[in-house]
Amino acid sequence: MTDIPATVLEPEAGPQPTAEERWRALKTVSPGDVVYRTVLTVFALLLPLVLVTIALELGVNAWPAVSKFGFGFLTHSTWDPVRGEFGALPLIVGTLYSSLVALVIAVPLALACAIFLTEFAPRWLRAPVATLIELLAAVPSVIYGLWGIFVLIPLLRDHFWPVARHALSWLPIFSGVFYGPSVLAGGVILSIMVLPYIAAVSREVLLAVPPSQREAGLALGATRWETVWTVILPYGRAGIIGAVILGLGRALGETMAVTMVIGNRHEVSASLLQPGYTIAAAIANEFSEAVSDMHLSALFLVGAVLFLITIVVNAVARVLVWRVARGSAVGSTAI
Amino acid sequence: MRGRTARRLVGSAMTGVTYGAAALAILPLAAILGMLILKGAGSVDWNFFTKSAVPVGEPGGGFAHAIVGTLIIVGLACAVGVPIGVATGIFLAEFGGGRFGFTIRFVADVLNGVPSIVIGIFAWTWLVKPMGHFSALAGGCALAVILVPILARTTEEMVRLVPNSLREAALALGYPRWRTSLQVVARTAGAGIVTGCLVAVARVAGETAPLLFTALGNEFFSTRLLGPMAALPLQVYVYAVGPYDEWHRQAWAGALVLIVLVLALSLVARAVVRAKRQHA
Repeated sequence: MTDIPATVLEPEAGPQPTAEERWRALKTVSPGDVVYRTVLTVFALLLPLVLVTIALELGVNAWPAVSKFGFGFLTHSTWDPVRGEFGALPLIVGTLYSSLVALVIAVPLALACAIFLTEFAPRWLRAPVATLIELLAAVPSVIYGLWGIFVLIPLLRDHFWPVARHALSWLPIFSGVFYGPSVLAGGVILSIMVLPYIAAVSREVLLAVPPSQREAGLALGATRWETVWTVILPYGRAGIIGAVILGLGRALGETMAVTMVIGNRHEVSASLLQPGYTIAAAIANEFSEAVSDMHLSALFLVGAVLFLITIVVNAVARVLVWRVARGSAVGSTAI
Repeated sequence: MRGRTARRLVGSAMTGVTYGAAALAILPLAAILGMLILKGAGSVDWNFFTKSAVPVGEPGGGFAHAIVGTLIIVGLACAVGVPIGVATGIFLAEFGGGRFGFTIRFVADVLNGVPSIVIGIFAWTWLVKPMGHFSALAGGCALAVILVPILARTTEEMVRLVPNSLREAALALGYPRWRTSLQVVARTAGAGIVTGCLVAVARVAGETAPLLFTALGNEFFSTRLLGPMAALPLQVYVYAVGPYDEWHRQAWAGALVLIVLVLALSLVARAVVRAKRQHA
């Protein structure tokens, strides 16, 4: 046995740091860390700042129109820049109507696609088909508009309507003469554009359903379809509703494609075959050529209405989707 | 309870329905691409890339001014938006656990859902109105506002994919957190972050609405950042709604070039992201 040198046992001769001093030394953060975290925080703060600024700018610039027209702005349907009278009812109705048409067409299809991609498709087919559907979301809006003008509208007018007229023309929503640019065309274009969003988010929601649920359904003797319909869809219901609302948010704010095919007329009509107008389309067409300050202010006000609707719609959708797939970036990655 | 055969039949029928729905969903993509190639490919020639717009009736006009304009405006958007987006993404991944991080994440997602036309109005009030004229700069900033939330969320996801063992190894070697974050974590996630930029660029390159009253568009070749500038999607829009057949022909050609650009960017990005996710 050899003697252990005293210096090994007590490396630090002299006064020992107290427990408190050691604790403080451990807790000390490098100054670089403080700077780093502060800089990142400042950048991150820019996002809420921009959101608040957008809201403020819209509010301030819309104020002249609010104080002049008040609540009647939302219920009147005269839009006369020359006489300075503005009522946004046709814009609001047109926006909601075209989005509704889009959802009626897109939701069943998108849901069926999501079910196909998670339940029924053979494995090798899933990734390619999912990519193709997601690519629909990558196509620029203006290209949908171009295609809408030169392909979809002639198709609807010359091939769909002559055949469908006999069966549908008794319905009030299909009354009147069909010239082409219409709420119907806008809704169909929108349905193609929002389908990939709804399908992608629903798919992620369905993927987040625990396998045990699926297995339990099958073990009870349900067919695969019965499992989907009675177990999986109810389990993901909140998320699927979230996906639909997310799609609605997209449809409400979509600008170019709708502007190019909806006909741009300030009129409220129940018929899908008549031209309509949306908030986004009115801003796109009139903003840079506003004839007076009040005209501009009215456009700011409809912009503010659109902003409010989409904020609420998106917030609700996110909360619903997050509840199903907590913490993951569901929705963001798909979009 | 219905008979077994009936239930099986319903099951098969619904399976068939979902196959049909998937086919129907892809159909428009095929139809649009087919039409673009059919109507546009013939007009994409040397003149298209080298000449600017010419008055109606004169032959040989092209999209050179619009292509260069799009490159400049998207470049501006990246110069403004990429640092903010990447920094926010790293913040969310590294420090975003608490309530503040949750708020930022939520705001990013909500901002992502704000209609692009509203963002155009925002850029107009901040940059066009005070300066008194339309400018490429305002267009670039509008696109940057759209780019930031997308990039922030992709960056966050990519940084989160970096294994914790790497972080711990760096910290155990005595690196402070900021060096760990920048030199180990961010560098490992580098390819993913670049991919995120591609995704975001693909998304904003096709945007038209925010440029309508910021960059405005321009019939002439211009590289002045403080003046109106043409952009590919803007030019396609103007030509598509215009009355001349010659314009329509060029709109198809412009749209074809635009979609090739956008789809190529998103396909490359998608492939890289998929590989990364499987790797992690």
